[in-house]
Amino acid sequence: QAWLNEKFAPELLESRPEVIECVVEQLDHMEANLKRAKRGDLKVSVHRMEIERIRYVLSSYLRCRLAKIEKFFPHILEKEKSRAEGEPSILSPEEFAFAKEYMANTETYLKDVALKHMPPNLQKVSLLKSVPKPNLDSFVFLRVLERQENILVEPEMDEHREYTIDLEEGSQHLIRYRTIAPLVASGAVQLI
Amino acid sequence: RGSSSRSEAKSGRADLIFLIRFRHCCLLRNQRCVLAYLYDRLLRIRALRWEYGSVLPNTIQFHMSAEEVEWFNRYKKSLATYMRSVGGEEGLDLTQDIKPPKSLYIEVRCLRDYGEFEIDDGTTILLKKNSQHFLPRWKCEQLIRQGVLEHILS
Repeated sequence: QAWLNEKFAPELLESRPEVIECVVEQLDHMEANLKRAKRGDLKVSVHRMEIERIRYVLSSYLRCRLAKIEKFFPHILEKEKSRAEGEPSILSPEEFAFAKEYMANTETYLKDVALKHMPPNLQKVSLLKSVPKPNLDSFVFLRVLERQENILVEPEMDEHREYTIDLEEGSQHLIRYRTIAPLVASGAVQLI
Repeated sequence: RGSSSRSEAKSGRADLIFLIRFRHCCLLRNQRCVLAYLYDRLLRIRALRWEYGSVLPNTIQFHMSAEEVEWFNRYKKSLATYMRSVGGEEGLDLTQDIKPPKSLYIEVRCLRDYGEFEIDDGTTILLKKNSQHFLPRWKCEQLIRQGVLEHILS
């Protein structure tokens, strides 16, 4: 579920260290079992396949997150800086370290190659303004897991008025991400 | 040159204001173009790490500036640290398993002489040019990407 949500959401979703840890433990467990199994045992192939599949999903999930971190790094780091005390983090500590290193690396590079050769009043550049933000208005497909009532849909254009909709359990919709973002976080809907 | 035109503006030459503004916009645009070009190159170099692995072929390295090579080295170090921190003792190589697995073993043909290759149960295979083998998928992925092996789709 986390994998699909992350794949289809335009922004970086909350970090799920418990899920990752659980999956990793499972993989290690299965690998250990396989090492002890006899050669030529049919179960070995099936388990191996399972391991491969699980490893693929986990890798894909983490790759997706890394790609988003690299794509939106100034905004993500800014969001993390202004996060309140009790709020859960979007990044795992390792991802946070990676993001900071990526930013420092890129800033240093741009400064050394281009910015330091420019006239003094142009030597700083705001990456926050230059790097594009995630497009929260992009449309996503979703399936409703828990019935929701009175979801407010903002008008797209000035002529339209805002209206409310009810989301029935099991129904599928195509809607702007921004409208249902909190529902993804709470698990009430599943992106497909 | 930008700063000298600003001091001229401060000295009260009102008729020059528009020229200064215009020139500043040009400078900003040039700065944006330069940065966009450099950043795009960085993104391509980053993609190389995911496609080729941590050692870049010489022909590509030849086209990179010294600072770009430095950026690449810092990037791959940062990535390696992250990958090591995920998943158990050795970490999880995220550059593997790019496509969902279809089968356990695959047919591969060797494109050039590679030498000996060991697989999990201890047997070694000699990879000579044009030899064909039926090998476990996960062992071959890296070599396929490097161009040593070719996946045969029947």
